[in-house]
Amino acid sequence: MTSAAPGGTGPILEMLGISKRFGAVQALTDVDFSVHEGEVVALVGDNGAGKSTLIKTISGAGPADDGVISFAGEKVAIARPHDSQALGIATVYQDLALCDNLDVVANLFLGREGRRGAALDEVDMERRASELLRSLAAKIPSVRIPVASLSGGQRQTVAIARSLIGEPKLVILDEPTAALGVAQTAQVLDLIRRLRERGLAVIVISHNLAEVDEVADRIVVLRLGRNAGEFRVGEATQEDVVAAITGASAARRPSDPDTDGGA
Amino acid sequence: MAVTTEPAAALPEDAIDPRLLVRQHGLAGYWELFKRRVRGGELGALPVIVGLLVIWTVFYLQEPRFLSAQNLTNLLLQIAAIGTISVGIVLVLLLGEIDLSVGSVSGLCACVLAVLNVKQGWPVLPAIVVAILVGTAIGLFQGFVFSQFGVPSFVVTLAGLIGWQGLQLAVLGNTGTINFPFGQGVANLANTFFAQDWVGYAVALVAVAAYSLSLLNDQRRRLAAGLITHPMSDLVLRSAGLLVLLLAVVVLLNSDRGTPLPLLIFVGFVILFDWITRRTRYGRYIFAVGGNTEAARRAGINVNLIRISVFALCSTMAACGGILAASRGLAASQSSGGSDTLLFAIAAAVIGGTSLFGGRGSTYAALLGMLVIGSIANGMDLLGLESDIKFMITGGVLLAAVVVDALARRGRTAHGRA
Repeated sequence: MTSAAPGGTGPILEMLGISKRFGAVQALTDVDFSVHEGEVVALVGDNGAGKSTLIKTISGAGPADDGVISFAGEKVAIARPHDSQALGIATVYQDLALCDNLDVVANLFLGREGRRGAALDEVDMERRASELLRSLAAKIPSVRIPVASLSGGQRQTVAIARSLIGEPKLVILDEPTAALGVAQTAQVLDLIRRLRERGLAVIVISHNLAEVDEVADRIVVLRLGRNAGEFRVGEATQEDVVAAITGASAARRPSDPDTDGGA
Repeated sequence: MAVTTEPAAALPEDAIDPRLLVRQHGLAGYWELFKRRVRGGELGALPVIVGLLVIWTVFYLQEPRFLSAQNLTNLLLQIAAIGTISVGIVLVLLLGEIDLSVGSVSGLCACVLAVLNVKQGWPVLPAIVVAILVGTAIGLFQGFVFSQFGVPSFVVTLAGLIGWQGLQLAVLGNTGTINFPFGQGVANLANTFFAQDWVGYAVALVAVAAYSLSLLNDQRRRLAAGLITHPMSDLVLRSAGLLVLLLAVVVLLNSDRGTPLPLLIFVGFVILFDWITRRTRYGRYIFAVGGNTEAARRAGINVNLIRISVFALCSTMAACGGILAASRGLAASQSSGGSDTLLFAIAAAVIGGTSLFGGRGSTYAALLGMLVIGSIANGMDLLGLESDIKFMITGGVLLAAVVVDALARRGRTAHGRA
């Protein structure tokens, strides 16, 4: 892993030696992680492996204790969610973080409302919200109903759509399909591909390895708060990944020259 | 980023705004919408208006003078001061918090005004500004303690309730009561009537014109943006409704002493803060923090700033209400802001339909709730009832309002709208 050369193909986000401790628990130990533009990286691992904690160090919700984060080739400090947003990182949390009492438009634009003079530009926001949801083929009864009255899948759609409003360079999805039905899962995976086509970097946390294989370019495995392996999709079987997740085998890195078989 | 590169498919059946389906049928559509909302636990202002009609009918049957122009004008005068305080309470309730210190703050600021204006001989305007700023400073302090140390707002403001009352006594010193001379300065604030008929009509017409224009402008922009629009009949219906209501009020006021200044101040605050809460980014953030604090924080909203500023606004409104009360009573005393000020201000906000659970409500709740409470107090005074009965009945009404709020919340949960 090397630092980005200006204008080159270096990673949009590079993290080196990230550590995070909660009281007596060492949640992350010396974790390295990177993602490039136009790349979908799946972050996998068992419960408690540190996936969400790592995500929170990027999103600013739980800053790292130690380690170096570089974004677009420049060393950055992410101390709060605002820093992360300002860099162009959008995070969709597992709990979606929607305000149930606000309508779809208000939720989509929360924190970056369009204004017209001193007042909110509701008309423009509603138009953009409708266009955005339509482009995602999202089925929302109305953009003017409170989010509380939407189904789980619709709420997930709103949450993902919301992450796109700020024109991010990197989108982080925390188990985006965990609560979804078949059709909506396909829709979300389709959406992830579309993000990649636009040249966005995408990090997906997932437990579903079939989905990961379908959508990701690269798989990063965490185990007990440490790097436990990294695979290029298509070069590794699901068994390899499962072994890395459970710790049944030594980590295998595609870049390691001493791993078996040049394939 | 253009997220709309995909050609927009034909609007799916279920992507159509459901409101349109009912609004198209005019009055019948409103009735359908209304029934659906009630079933879904979105009662809005309905229980209050029904309650108000019941209260007015009961008092009218007991004492026909209750609905006389003179008494209704008195009622509006009586509710202006505490109603102004209640507007601030609505803002705090929207956050899902509470401010128990508003009564004491209103009393303290009234006394600060009295000491500066009467004892120290300050001119009216600077004295009022300083008195209001004292309220703002108190709110900043309480909001700071609440948000920075994570002390429940209930406790912070309970301490304020006692503490500011003490400061009020200290400010007054050994003077028990300071009187404002009638017919000048501070006293004019709450005792001025616009006896000329045209003032009331002008205010009403300007309000209706502004309302209609904003509706039309909104309609025009929605049309231009290709969004769903309300039928024109809808706009006419709403504007006409407002016009009839306001004209009725003005006719009533003009048949007595004219339009009272304190009413304009109170309603002005209601409209101003309604606009701020519904139409500005700041107001949106208040609702967001009250609805889901964590979501608001993750959206990059400075939650502490919102909290501190809302507590500051609440105490500022308490100061304004205290000044109006002192002006109407022509005095500031040790008992200013005491007794039922706090209870009535909170009760009005809740009775008016502001949820205690945060994130739901409107500053119009202060107006509606205050009308209910004011009507009860006024009517019972007319009937010559004793304080014991008055307190019990007022308490009962507050309890009923809170139960309605809790039931409505349950209704929303059952309909997936909580």
